[in-house]
Amino acid sequence: MNQTVSQLYPKRLSLGHNRARDLRERTVQGILLMAAIVGVLTTAGIILALGADTLRFFQRVSIISFLTDTQWTPLFSIQKFGIWPLITATALTSFIALVIAIPLGLMSAIFLSEFAAPRLRDVLKPALEILAGVPTVVYGFFALIVVTPILQNIIPGVSTFNSLSAGLVMGVMITPLVASLSEDAMSSVPRGLREGAYALGATRYEVATRVIFPAALSGIVAAVILALSRAVGETMIVAIAAGQNPTLTLDPRVPVETMTAYIVQVSLGDTPYGSLSYLTIFAVGATLFVLTFFMNLFSHWFVRRYREVYD
Amino acid sequence: MTLNTETLTRSASFHANIAARKMRGNIFAALGLLSVIIGLAMLVVLVGDVLNRGVPWLSLDFLNSFDSRFAARAGIKAALYGTAYMMFFTMLVALPLGVMTAIYLEEYAPDNWLTSFIQINISNLAGVPSIIYGLLGLTVFVRWMGLGRSVLAGALTMALLVLPIIVVATREAIRAVPSSMRDASLALGATKWQTVWNHVLPYAMPGILTGNILAASRAIGETAPLITLGALTFVPFVPRDPLDRFTVLPIQIFNWTSKPQAEFHDLAAAGIILLLATLLVLNSVAIFLRQRLRKRF
Repeated sequence: MNQTVSQLYPKRLSLGHNRARDLRERTVQGILLMAAIVGVLTTAGIILALGADTLRFFQRVSIISFLTDTQWTPLFSIQKFGIWPLITATALTSFIALVIAIPLGLMSAIFLSEFAAPRLRDVLKPALEILAGVPTVVYGFFALIVVTPILQNIIPGVSTFNSLSAGLVMGVMITPLVASLSEDAMSSVPRGLREGAYALGATRYEVATRVIFPAALSGIVAAVILALSRAVGETMIVAIAAGQNPTLTLDPRVPVETMTAYIVQVSLGDTPYGSLSYLTIFAVGATLFVLTFFMNLFSHWFVRRYREVYD
Repeated sequence: MTLNTETLTRSASFHANIAARKMRGNIFAALGLLSVIIGLAMLVVLVGDVLNRGVPWLSLDFLNSFDSRFAARAGIKAALYGTAYMMFFTMLVALPLGVMTAIYLEEYAPDNWLTSFIQINISNLAGVPSIIYGLLGLTVFVRWMGLGRSVLAGALTMALLVLPIIVVATREAIRAVPSSMRDASLALGATKWQTVWNHVLPYAMPGILTGNILAASRAIGETAPLITLGALTFVPFVPRDPLDRFTVLPIQIFNWTSKPQAEFHDLAAAGIILLLATLLVLNSVAIFLRQRLRKRF
C-alpha cells in the first residue's frame, strides 16, 4: 500500500465531456431500444400476417356465412365455412378442462396457502409446477394412449378420439396454472386480515373461505381466465386426442375438431400456398387470436378493477 | 337483562360448535391435500406409463438411426440433431434480444407512451397461443423472407415465442440488483453503460441464466408452431446447414403417436423419455445455477 494518489489515478483525468464516450453511450442506448422494438414488431407481424390472409379469405367467402353457417367442410368438394363447429369443440374441451382445473387448482391453492406448513408448501408447490412444464405433446400421448382406453372401459360409446379425454388431460395441464396464480393471490392478502379474523375466534377453515378467498377473488378470477385462455389456445392435446371431425355437437364422447386442431390438420397436409384451404387457417387463426386476446385483456382489466388495495 | 341472556345463549352455542367447525376445517384440508396429490399422482402415472412402454426401446441403435416405416428399425437421430440445431439458433437470437430488451426497459426507458406501449406489448405476447406464432413464422419467415421451411425459420419463430419469457425473467433479475451498486458505480465516474455492463449484469447473471434455461426448455417442448411452419414429420437425414429442412423431438413423438400400431406408440414413449430427461437436466442446471451463484453476493 505504498502507492501514492498519483499512481492510483491516471495523470490526465478529464471530467469534461468525452466525445467518444458520449457517442458510445448513445449508440448503446439506440441498439437497446431497437431490441425492445422487436417485441412491438412481433405484434405488428402477427396482426399483418393474420390480417392479410384473413382479408383474402373474406374476399372469397362472405363473413356472414363464416359466422352463421353450421358446417365446416373446407376440405370437401362441397365447401362450407361456418366456424361454429370449431368454436363449440374448442368451448367443449376448454369447459371440461375448467371443470377439472377450477376445483383441483383452487383446493390446492387454498391448501398450500392456508393449511400446509411452510416446509411442506416449499416441496409441494414446485412439484405441482412440474406438471405445467411437461410438453403438451406428452399430454397428448397420455390422453390418447392411456386415458382414452380407461374411459372406454368405464363409459359406453366413447370413441378413440373424443373431447372428454382431451379435456380431462388439459384440465390436469392447467391445474398448476390455476393453483400457482391463485396461491400467489392468497399469499399476498395482508397478515392483518388473517390475524384479525383469528382474534375474533374464526377457525382456519373460516379464515380461508370467508376472509382470504374473497379478498383474493380478483386474482383468482384472473388466474381462471388465463387458464381458460391457455386451454382455448392449446393445440397438441386436442390435435392428438380429440379428433379431426368438425361436427356441431356437445357430446363429449365423439370426435370433434377444435380451431387449433384444424390448423394442425391443414398444416400437415400438402395445401398449396394461396389456395382457399390455405387461407382458412389464417381466418381460424385470426378468430383464435382475437378470442384469446380479449380474454387476456379482460383478465388484466379485472385485476386492476377489482383488486382490493390495503396499503 | 334479556340482552345478556341472549348473548350468553349465543356464546354457548358458539362454543358447542367449535369441534364441528374444526372438523369441517380438517375435512377441507384433507380435500385440499387430496387435490394436490391427485395432480402429482397424474404425473407419476404419466411418467410410469411412459417408462414402462419406452425403456425397452431405448438403445444406441434407437439414438443412431433415422425414422423408418418399420418400428423395429426406426430411430430418433434426425430429431435429436434437429432439436439441437434449432435450439442453438433460437437462443443465439432470443438471448441477446431478450436481455437487451430487459436492460432497456429497466435501466434506460424514459417514462413515456413508447415505454408503456412496449411493456403492454410484451405482456400480451406472453398470452398469445403458440400456434399463432407458427402462422406468423409461416407468413413472415417462410414466405416473405424466403427462408423456406428451414431450421432457421423454425429457430426465428421459436425465438419470438420465448422472447417474453426471457424479458420477464431478466427484468426481475435486474430489478433485484440493489440500487446502491449502481449509485456507487456512477459516483466513481462510470457511465451508465459501464455501470450496467460491469456491475448490474454480473450481479443479475444467475437470474438471467435461469430465465434463459427455462425459456429454452419451453422451446424444446413446443410442437404446434413448428407443425404450422411445416417442419417435416418424416426426415431420414441430418440438416447440413441452417436452410435445410428438419424435424424436432416433439414432432417425431407426435408423428409416432399418430400411427395406429402399438409399436410406434412405444417408440413415442421412448422419445418422450429422451425429451423429459433433457428437460429434467436443463431445469436441474437452472436450479443449481440459482443456488450456486446466489451465494457469491
